[in-house]
Amino acid sequence: MNDLRLLLEGTVILGTPLILAAIGGYFSERSGVINIALEGKMLIATITVWLVTIATGQPVIGVAAGIGASILFSMFHWLLTQRYSLDPIVSGMAINAIAFGAANFLDKRFTDPDQAGFPKLPLMAFWVFALVLPFLVWLYVRHTRGGLRLLAVGSDPEKARQMGVFPQRTRLMALIATGVLCGLAGALIVSNAGSYVDNMTAGRGFIALAALILGGWRPLPTLAACIAFGFFYQLQIQLQGTQVLGISAPRELWLCLPYIATLVALAGLLGRNRTPAGLGKP
Amino acid sequence: MLKIGLVFDSGGRGDKSFNDSAYRGLERAIKELGIDAKTVDSARESDYATNLETLAESGCDLIFAIGINMQKAMSEVAPKHLNVKFAIVDAPVDSPNVRSLVFKEEEGSFLAGYVAGLMTKTGKIGFVGGQEIDLIKKFQAGYEAGARTANPAIVVLPAKYTGDWNNVDLGKQNAKTLYGQGADVVYHAAGKCGLGVINAAQEEGKYAIGVDSDQDYLAEGRVLTSMIKRVDESVFQTINDLKEGRWDTGVKVYDLKSNGVGLSEMQFTKDAIGEANLAKIKEVQDKIIAGEIKVPATMDELATYRVR
Repeated sequence: MNDLRLLLEGTVILGTPLILAAIGGYFSERSGVINIALEGKMLIATITVWLVTIATGQPVIGVAAGIGASILFSMFHWLLTQRYSLDPIVSGMAINAIAFGAANFLDKRFTDPDQAGFPKLPLMAFWVFALVLPFLVWLYVRHTRGGLRLLAVGSDPEKARQMGVFPQRTRLMALIATGVLCGLAGALIVSNAGSYVDNMTAGRGFIALAALILGGWRPLPTLAACIAFGFFYQLQIQLQGTQVLGISAPRELWLCLPYIATLVALAGLLGRNRTPAGLGKP
Repeated sequence: MLKIGLVFDSGGRGDKSFNDSAYRGLERAIKELGIDAKTVDSARESDYATNLETLAESGCDLIFAIGINMQKAMSEVAPKHLNVKFAIVDAPVDSPNVRSLVFKEEEGSFLAGYVAGLMTKTGKIGFVGGQEIDLIKKFQAGYEAGARTANPAIVVLPAKYTGDWNNVDLGKQNAKTLYGQGADVVYHAAGKCGLGVINAAQEEGKYAIGVDSDQDYLAEGRVLTSMIKRVDESVFQTINDLKEGRWDTGVKVYDLKSNGVGLSEMQFTKDAIGEANLAKIKEVQDKIIAGEIKVPATMDELATYRVR
């Protein structure tokens, strides 16, 4: 019973940052902008939330600043890909590199090495929001004009243009949404950890992207994929060093299951190819 | 003026632990010995060799590589620059211009385990490591042996490894799982992940044990003690040796006897631990120094370890 409670709790704790980032990626990719920069946007949010919260003593201001920083990076991403037609992969890599360097610099420059403790955000609110969000997004894209525009731009930007939708404007809004959600993911990560450490997003932006792909760029399957990643993380923690059916399976086996699933999905073995048709098109 | 270079591993500074300790030693040398220093962060493992090479060519007299992960890069770069002196922490490298600074972490960890064994109320304790490598197993083996010495009936829950040094959430979740399974003391050797272990202890009202640097202050009263590895001392001494003309190469071992490893002052937990226990800890420490207790450094040695 206790093990079950731990499993459930751990799945939520480890899965929710992925959900926020993956749904953030959903907006960007559905609008046609390939986004490998979720990692950098989360990372810049973590350091900003950390520093501003400590400086002001107000977690609310800290989170707002973190979201702001993430939006700023997202708008820069829009500028590079839409205004200057830079390759989305290259610009994504650039944003990750800038975020990594900036976070490192800000940390070294402004973090007090004797800093201990950090105000705790209402994590429960984050968890509930993350779990409900995909349903809201699902309703949004199905039943609102904005949602249909988003899908239209991502599927066929040329045709959308002919129908009087401006892809660049839609993408700007979509990337701002990505910024907000990556900002929230960063805030959640730094608050749950209770401290900032260099590179603390630890590749989770890319795992979120894998979850988005595994979910076929649809909000609810993406939610399921993120929960599966969180579940397997927690499962391997609990199973480590114990025997299952008489054998002690290596940690790596459990950890790689979600990745194998992603590979299978990418290979098209889980049904038809669901890549947005306009992904990466100007 | 001596020019000293130092390359951090990909864990990097800000871990409030291993890398930060190395940096403290360098800072002390800058202040007390008046040297000129240059440090480089490594973003990823492939940067190690390049960073060492760059420093070697920029005219450094002595270059430090912080961490076992740089062993391979060091054994490639050092032989190519025989006119430059090198030092590497945690790993032996065989080259005529390299000094290797290695620690008997198992001895300090033994004491940490001993404290855990004295302080547990549930009779269960846990361990969270970073990557599952021999170096970290030294911590684990010493810890378990120490705990069993304090309390032969103790249950040491299966060790958890995060497989990562940066993901604080994973460290925290590993610790929470151990606490959830009944442990009330968890020792970590997981770099920055370990900050999550301390955070979990604070949240759950249980005990954590810090590592490498004195981490007691990170959660006052909840960090029972810290197993301090004096990387700072080893860095400082090496620079001092060079300055005083006592430079030599080969493996330098830092153990309990030479004060290279040991426990923190326990300034926030001293009262909770109590005089009687502190005296016992001191006694065990003396026994290790005197060689009466042979501390296991591997899991195989742990398996044959008997409490006397």
